[in-house]
Amino acid sequence: MKTKLLDLPEEEYMLPGNRACAGCSLAIATRYILKALEGNAILVVPASCFTVLGGMYPVSSVRLPWMNVTFPSTAASASGVAAGLKALGKSNGPTATTVVAFAGDGGTVDIGLQALSGAAERNEDILYICYDNEAYMNTGTQRSSATPLGAKTATTPVLGKQQHPKDMVSIMEAHGVCYIATASPSYPADLYDKVAKARTKKGTRYIHVSAPCPPGWGFPTKDTVKVGRLSIECGAVVLLEIEDGVLRLTGKSKTLAEHGGLKPLQDFMAVQRRFSRVDAAVLADLQGWVDARWNGYVKRSAERAVPQS
Amino acid sequence: MAVVENAVRPTAGTRIITGNEAMALGAKLCRVQVVAAYPITPQSQVTEKLSEFVEGGKLAAEYVTVESEHSALSVCIGASTVGARAFTATSANGLAYMCELIHWAAGARLPLVMGCVNRAMAAPWNVLNDQQDSMSQRDAGWIQIYARNNQEIIDTVIQAYKIAEQVYVPVMVCYDGYILSHTVMPVDVPPQKAVDAFLPSYTPHTILDPADPRNLNQVTLADPRMDAEGTLCHGYMELRYLLQEAIEQSADVIAAVDEEYGNTFGRRWGGVTWDYRAGDAEVILMAAGSLASEATVAVDALRAQGYKAGVVGVRVYRPFPQRALQEATRRAKLVVVFDKSLSYGYQGPICADLKAALCAVESAPVVHGCVAGLGGRDVKARELVDTVKESLRHLEEGKPIKEPIWVNCQI
Repeated sequence: MKTKLLDLPEEEYMLPGNRACAGCSLAIATRYILKALEGNAILVVPASCFTVLGGMYPVSSVRLPWMNVTFPSTAASASGVAAGLKALGKSNGPTATTVVAFAGDGGTVDIGLQALSGAAERNEDILYICYDNEAYMNTGTQRSSATPLGAKTATTPVLGKQQHPKDMVSIMEAHGVCYIATASPSYPADLYDKVAKARTKKGTRYIHVSAPCPPGWGFPTKDTVKVGRLSIECGAVVLLEIEDGVLRLTGKSKTLAEHGGLKPLQDFMAVQRRFSRVDAAVLADLQGWVDARWNGYVKRSAERAVPQS
Repeated sequence: MAVVENAVRPTAGTRIITGNEAMALGAKLCRVQVVAAYPITPQSQVTEKLSEFVEGGKLAAEYVTVESEHSALSVCIGASTVGARAFTATSANGLAYMCELIHWAAGARLPLVMGCVNRAMAAPWNVLNDQQDSMSQRDAGWIQIYARNNQEIIDTVIQAYKIAEQVYVPVMVCYDGYILSHTVMPVDVPPQKAVDAFLPSYTPHTILDPADPRNLNQVTLADPRMDAEGTLCHGYMELRYLLQEAIEQSADVIAAVDEEYGNTFGRRWGGVTWDYRAGDAEVILMAAGSLASEATVAVDALRAQGYKAGVVGVRVYRPFPQRALQEATRRAKLVVVFDKSLSYGYQGPICADLKAALCAVESAPVVHGCVAGLGGRDVKARELVDTVKESLRHLEEGKPIKEPIWVNCQI
């Protein structure tokens, strides 16, 4: 399945107007995710930027049923929705509703990780989407365990973050779930296809969406799509999917792997204020980390590309 | 408020079972559709029994084997929101770990039923009984019912769903760890058909359905706000008022459900409170749960010694049965309250609430508060008798008494 941008369905599930910040990539991502869900989903949402995007009672910015839940409980609450639908005989057949857990990086990688691990181990029939803006943006840009090394945040204000982020793709792969993907709102057709494919599968599915954040990362609101593209062109974000253990690069990342041309990480970092104080040693560490991950993905995807004899 | 005598007369449905099995059987009879629970002493047997029912095909439910109590109640919240009858049970630290969900379930107006097998809170670790766990959650917006024996546990679970699903307020059915949870007693298990007739199927107040999309429990401002059609909708404070109103009004629902249960199954439990030899009592012993049962033994002993004593049992702690307790204590000169928990820095919660309730009563009885049985410390009827006699002596001599009175605390 490879949908072209102009072929995406015209039906909109985001209503005119939402409360996201100007230039928010989450708003772009949500638009395409909801198109792929075709309105037949229940969203389970913890405290996050997405809660703000959704609007305040009694007004909602999306045309989908939406259940707000506590910060750490996204995957468990979604498990409950799935169990409830199953108990009521509503979980099978062509009209079955997809249960979508939709959380930020803090709600996934930090406070929600236990519930997510539990749900993945039980192979709950849920699609878990993490939109990763790489810090607690809703509360004012405090560091999360998804924040990259060197990034300035409200809680790493002087030295920048001292650690690399958690590798959620590997964490989810270790749980043996049937479908894992990464995506970017800068490549909406790729994002759409991954959500559409994930919908057709049963069991726990995980999509990690990179979500550039103008105020949190420190770039002009007009540059959201550009910064998202740069993140992929420099290897800071890699578009891939892992289906039943088989890793495949997709979209721009696949093109870069096949034809070369990966840009230096510095190009991506230079357009953001959060990396303004990164020195040469940290930059080298970051570049080394990105290179190692990129090379690993390229090698693994090439191994699988060799025809089996 | 009548004297409630529910001696179990052996029938075809009588079984000798623990309180935990009574709880699990009660949930099964209610045909719960989603069960999510995490093991903790002394509740574990409830989770084991229910998984045995589900795996054995005796209960058509989804059993979600969660990784924590936090997730257990989250699963129940999710399931209840889409219209499934959900059940969980826990104790002590497990209940505390659920804390934010306990508030959430009430605010979301979900008619969940949870068994709380009362156990002491750590630290230090202690797996034995007191009621500090559930009492610490009294302000979360749940109805709390304290059972005094295993028959009342099974009957109360069935009543609890009927109450919860009428008022859209979750119900915590509390019973004492080990004293009831692990003690076998004869229990009349109601027939499934009769329970089916008594308990209609659950309809959620709001359906979460793609055909009619809604955003539930989103950010709600302090003040009322207009929707897209210009209709003014509640602010946070109005929604909280409605929760309070529903809990206050649930007292009548609890009484009505208990009465209907009595008419159907031949057992009533007194609605919000019960009493024993209290009609002409000058001194009243008050407690909740199995300790209140123990107090009936103490009252018999006190009566034998010439004291006009009686028991008033607090069956429902939230909503606080203010009117019923005002009425039940009207003729007494002294009420001795035995709390199995403590609001540290003040008094036992039942005692403090009773004192507040009696403020508005002319010539109200004197209330003395006692703390008893913390961390499983055994409470014998004769200790209750001695405490009451000591309390009476202070009253008669006009001497103040230091509260709370610590029963059998060896310090």
